[in-house]
Amino acid sequence: MSLYLLCLTLFCIGLYGVLRKRNIVKIIIGLAIIEYSINLFFVLLGYRFHGRAPIDAQDQNILNMVDPLPQALVLTSIVIGLGVTALLISIAIRLYEKYGTFDITKIRRLKG
Amino acid sequence: MIDNSKTGMSLIVKTITRLTVGLILLFGIYIVLHGHLSPGGGFAGGVIIALSFVHLMLAFGKEVVTSKISKNLASNLESIGALMFLSIAAIGFFGGSFFLNILKKGEPFELFSAGTIPLSNLAISLKVGIGLLAIFLALVILEGAKKER
Amino acid sequence: MNTVNIIPLFVIIPLFSAFFISFIGRFVKRAYINLVSVIACSSLLFLSFSGLNLLRSSAAPALVYKIGGWAPPFGICMVLDGLTNFMLITVNLVAFFVSIYSLNYMDKYTDRPKFLTLFFLMLTGMNGLIVTGDLFNLFVFLEIASIASYALVAFGTEAEELEASFKYTIMGSLASSFIFVGIAFLYGFTSTLNMADMASILSAKQNIWIVNFVAVLFLMGFGLKAALMPFHGWIADAHPSAPASISAMLSGVLIKTLGIYALMRVFFNVLGMTDAYLSVLMFLGSLSIIVAVILALSQWDLKRLLAYHSISQIGYVVLGIGLGTPLGILGGLFHLFNHSIFKSLLFLTSGAIDYSTGTRDLKEMSGLREKLPVTAKTNLIASMSIAGIPPFNGFFSKLIIIFACIQKGCIGYALAAVIGSILTLASFTKVQKFAFFGELKEKYKAITEVPLAMKLSMIGLAIICILGGFLLLPSFRFFLNDAVGVLLEGRDYAKIILK
Repeated sequence: MSLYLLCLTLFCIGLYGVLRKRNIVKIIIGLAIIEYSINLFFVLLGYRFHGRAPIDAQDQNILNMVDPLPQALVLTSIVIGLGVTALLISIAIRLYEKYGTFDITKIRRLKG
Repeated sequence: MIDNSKTGMSLIVKTITRLTVGLILLFGIYIVLHGHLSPGGGFAGGVIIALSFVHLMLAFGKEVVTSKISKNLASNLESIGALMFLSIAAIGFFGGSFFLNILKKGEPFELFSAGTIPLSNLAISLKVGIGLLAIFLALVILEGAKKER
Repeated sequence: MNTVNIIPLFVIIPLFSAFFISFIGRFVKRAYINLVSVIACSSLLFLSFSGLNLLRSSAAPALVYKIGGWAPPFGICMVLDGLTNFMLITVNLVAFFVSIYSLNYMDKYTDRPKFLTLFFLMLTGMNGLIVTGDLFNLFVFLEIASIASYALVAFGTEAEELEASFKYTIMGSLASSFIFVGIAFLYGFTSTLNMADMASILSAKQNIWIVNFVAVLFLMGFGLKAALMPFHGWIADAHPSAPASISAMLSGVLIKTLGIYALMRVFFNVLGMTDAYLSVLMFLGSLSIIVAVILALSQWDLKRLLAYHSISQIGYVVLGIGLGTPLGILGGLFHLFNHSIFKSLLFLTSGAIDYSTGTRDLKEMSGLREKLPVTAKTNLIASMSIAGIPPFNGFFSKLIIIFACIQKGCIGYALAAVIGSILTLASFTKVQKFAFFGELKEKYKAITEVPLAMKLSMIGLAIICILGGFLLLPSFRFFLNDAVGVLLEGRDYAKIILK
């Protein structure tokens, strides 16, 4: 249970970074922390104590495996996170070119 | 390889890189080709292959890679990887279903087995390896363009 | 090829054209790229109509396609049922007209292959999300569509566009995280990812707190993608910043597919709708209707005004679906279809004005109806449609929603819908007055009407606006009724898919 609570703590740290920080790069890091906390949570869901890695190797009987499906899903989720992070970083570089700052309180040309 | 002491990092880093980068690339290729038998596969192998190039760029400066692989070539290869994967999936239509594994499965735990899965791994590794490299190149070129102004 | 095989083509064709265009884009002339894009979009439109025909002729409630030959609870399946058909036709119809419009409109921008690649990736995401029957697959397609739309919002790479895209990306990724946590909880609880299997396992267990918890997570996630009222902050920046043809896709179909469709599918068919969820949806819907239209009244940027109206019209859809009665859901879905038609038409006309005059500010333009007759007339039709003037399609769907409210005894919500409609009329009267009527300004003496392809797509959408009301006739009614039937069957969805 305490492991799940640790995931929640990590999620809250990321959320704090996204909501409270003013530097664009720190916001991106906060978003990445959120993604990692969720991935960690999902992998933990499939874990069982004293479990083996779910690999079908030669001359081995299969017992006590951890659930392989969350690992595959988390791999997909990591790829998606990679795409989003790369996009955000390139947007951040362009924003720095246009505004000359990373401070979001100074990047306010839009009203909304 | 450009051996100019002005660009890139210190001599120690360059020497170590020269020794290890080939091994990293080889390990990536092994992970891709052995992906249907052991942990790994197209994605993990592709990332390792891309990282070997990134490693070169970090140690020797970006010209080592940008002079060989332009961004256009990288994104063309990436499209080819995606199209290859899609057409491997579409081969299944001949057997009646999308993504159907219609090739011979072979013996388990042999290198040439598992039908279309090794082919898909190859396509994915092309897509992921070149794609990651293209992302890195784009960011590096973007950064370079900013400094020149 | 047997007939069920058309279902994966909804994903294959746009995905193939995306990478094909990105590959050949540097070597061939622009005309060939345009040709590929129009052929892909029209074949998708044709396929979605033939899917409708296939489902009608097979007389089954749903067709299931097993990817790779793996049977549903273990493998990934694709489902073609009434709701799927309804959404596919909506999405591909708008995409077809937008692709024709982009032939001329995208001349303003430089990199056409990149634009078309992102456009088709977005279409892949939306079509895949609609046809899939697997919850994690739904998440993956949702992310494909979202990432393509983040990039498309920043397509002009001007300061405002980058800023809007950054805001949109942060909000959208947070929403995706919430959806992913919800999927993780559901997987941990049911040990399956197939939506039908999940529904049957959930309905076997009674009174579980985790379903309510997951429902809140999904409401946050999908509500943010749909720009429902408390989660609407990004839409007023993101939608105006994109190129006009993309704004039409974003406002017309993306928020409905990613938000409303996914919400409906998960809530009705997997989690099981209860009165508590319905009342939350109704409240959020009517809140969106009133507040967004008041915000829209004070806008002077044409596209920003339209974006606020999107929130308000999404409110109508959610209100109709939240009523939970057959009539209410019918009204909500019909309004979803109508809104995707007239809102994309409005964004396309705003793009045409931008193309000719180079401004989006209502104070700058006046008297444009002399110089841009086609744009002015189609915009008038769309404005009357969105405001609910009788012969046009918007009137019928709003009327059904209001009737359904009264039938269920929710007079307050009916009143909110009526007030929202009146304020919408006021807001679009303002658009007509400032943009198209009055004196023509001196600097606009030389402008000409937009090119042929843009005119054609605007006229096509306007004709659908006029004829949209005919969908309620008994002979065409099946199109909507099948979709309503899928939602009303609730968790019996599982029995149909898994049989």
